[in-house]
Amino acid sequence: MKLTGAQILIKMIKAEGIDTIFGYPGGAVIDIYDALAKQDGLHHILVRHEQGAVHAADGYARANNSVGVALVTSGPGATNTVTGIASAHSDSIPLVVFTGQVPTALIGNDAFQEVDIVGITRPCTKHNYLVKDVTKLASIIKEAFHLARSGRPGPVLVDLPKDIQNTQVAFKEPKEISLKSYKPNYKPNKKQLNKVVDLIGKAKRPVIFAGGGVILSQASSDLTRLAKMADIPVTASLMGLGAFPGSDPLWLGMLGMHGTYRANMSIGHCDLMIAAGVRFDDRVTGNIEKFAPEAKIVQIDIDPTSIHKNIEVQCPIVGDCKAALKGIIQLMEDKNPEDFKNDRQQWLNRIEEWKDTTPLKYEQDSVVIKPQFVIEKLYELTKGDAIITTEVGQNQMWAAQYYHFNKPNHFITSGGLGVMGFGLPAAIGAKAACPDKVVVDVAGDGSIQMNIQELMTAIESKIDVKIVILNNQYLGMVRQWQELFYKKVYSFTHMENAPDFVKLAEAYGAKGLRCTRPDEVVSTLLEGLNYEGTVIMDFAVDREESVYPMVPAGGAITEMLLV
Amino acid sequence: MKTNSYLLSILVDDEPGVLSRISGLFSGRGFNIDSLSVASTAEPDVSRITMVTKCEPHIIEQIKKQLHKLINVITVNDLTDKKYVQRQLALIKVNAKSEKKADILRIVDIFRCKIVDVGLSHYTIEVSGDSEKHDAIVSLLNPMGIIEIASTGSIALARENGKHSLKLTGKNK
Repeated sequence: MKLTGAQILIKMIKAEGIDTIFGYPGGAVIDIYDALAKQDGLHHILVRHEQGAVHAADGYARANNSVGVALVTSGPGATNTVTGIASAHSDSIPLVVFTGQVPTALIGNDAFQEVDIVGITRPCTKHNYLVKDVTKLASIIKEAFHLARSGRPGPVLVDLPKDIQNTQVAFKEPKEISLKSYKPNYKPNKKQLNKVVDLIGKAKRPVIFAGGGVILSQASSDLTRLAKMADIPVTASLMGLGAFPGSDPLWLGMLGMHGTYRANMSIGHCDLMIAAGVRFDDRVTGNIEKFAPEAKIVQIDIDPTSIHKNIEVQCPIVGDCKAALKGIIQLMEDKNPEDFKNDRQQWLNRIEEWKDTTPLKYEQDSVVIKPQFVIEKLYELTKGDAIITTEVGQNQMWAAQYYHFNKPNHFITSGGLGVMGFGLPAAIGAKAACPDKVVVDVAGDGSIQMNIQELMTAIESKIDVKIVILNNQYLGMVRQWQELFYKKVYSFTHMENAPDFVKLAEAYGAKGLRCTRPDEVVSTLLEGLNYEGTVIMDFAVDREESVYPMVPAGGAITEMLLV
Repeated sequence: MKTNSYLLSILVDDEPGVLSRISGLFSGRGFNIDSLSVASTAEPDVSRITMVTKCEPHIIEQIKKQLHKLINVITVNDLTDKKYVQRQLALIKVNAKSEKKADILRIVDIFRCKIVDVGLSHYTIEVSGDSEKHDAIVSLLNPMGIIEIASTGSIALARENGKHSLKLTGKNK
């Protein structure tokens, strides 16, 4: 069977079980778009900016536990994907990004819309390819998907010169991928697992610290099981929210710079930390010297570079989180499981005390809407079952603090890179993956403007997303830092000059709702959530509300600013 | 903290962009490369990179793991604390005025070097050896007036019984 490169590409994407891709046409991918128009089964969503395509693919991958795919043209199309790729790289999200390239004969000649995208994305992809031989195309695509989803997942870019796309070759099914230089270690070392079981047996004040790796390896049920078996309280990084039920009594809340007081204090005083699928980001650890000073640390990670990178650990386990947690549970079951709950009450009481004295709090009066109140009501009205995407800044932190995630894959945020403009396209991707879910983008008035053009994508593709803008007319998180650390010099963080978001929504064909009074928050949310279609809910919130608690950058996580 | 010098022998896929991935990893993460030499091996699609890097002891573990994480890196062998043979090749062009010629020849003889080019007023000397030998001859020739030096980075192979290098060539099984 003879196929063009473009047809091979589509065939191979379908073979990976992908039903939807996100893209934007251009001269260097016109052959692929021609082939797309002449096939069934692979749905293409036309975005309005290539950055949006990559974030949407990211949201799709996370909501679906699959690989996200973006397709863009050469030159500016390709460079526009860089932020999205870097974000997915930071968060270990499996993506395959296909970029068009000028014909192989022109590469290096500074041709129209030529950039060395393989060179540009080398440091922010897991791996990347420039395809120079169409007979290798099928196996490269298969390899790209394999790399994206296996081991520590990540984005892979495949650069496709125009002549590769339109050359016909006899299609041969590529062989199973076997790379001599890439063999991720899934199976944890049994001796190390036994060591963990011993440590749990001896620990008086254990804590589990879950990260995005738990969600990626679909290990949240195992993590929950382990926590319950030994009555171990659980905290999580921003990326780990949903790995453990947010309504469970053993849940401590998020850890780190804007973590809960009890989560940070628990880490400060624990004698054993079981860290699963985390990389000890500085936003979590604060001052490394004062991070978990009394604890023996167990770290489970599939990526050996994550271990001993920022934090010295006493019991490293290289392997898949799910396999490791299952292994630990099995070993505990082989012994007397009751032995592992030794006198936990004292430790749990102490945590309860931290919770009682310093809970997350805000005071809602009858005049000005508090942003936290909006999120809390959103949580209640969606029964905690919505997929929440966020932009970056205060909106992201309030969503993390006040929406309690009971299930994995329901909180989709640009955690590592912190990309403003992530939430709306990611929500579109998540909704495309899970059409039956309510998908809400929690946004700020600043960040929603960074990829607002994707509203048109949502409308055109009839992808119904709900946008909640916590509108404080500031770049709120930077303003908060300026208030606390820069003597209230609010340099360029004013955002009074903003579009009328209601009219803007209407201009795109979406519904726009504005809410300025606390007693209208619930009715506005209800109207927006019940509306069939994409809607912007613009909440005018307390302008100078800040996110608390807060650990100043570089401080010990137990030394928090509480109000 | 104290920095040490480490000698890494890295086998990589012989394909375009691999060196750039490695050098990009070093510059992106703030690691240093002291010297680097790349060439093909007996295996057709495999190249060997020999690298000398100076860093603190806890950094070398990260360097090795990060290198290994690159998809095109097949093995990373830290030779630093192993038995190995190491060589570095240098060409040294030195002023050879008639009154100094005998001195230069004596040095060449003592160090078992070769003179590979002779001009009216210069010699070009080929030196092969470890970096100490290299440093020593440079310091002795310096007073004569070194015109220019071209030098390779270190190359090295583990001694043991050549295990590391033979495993990949598929010989001596």
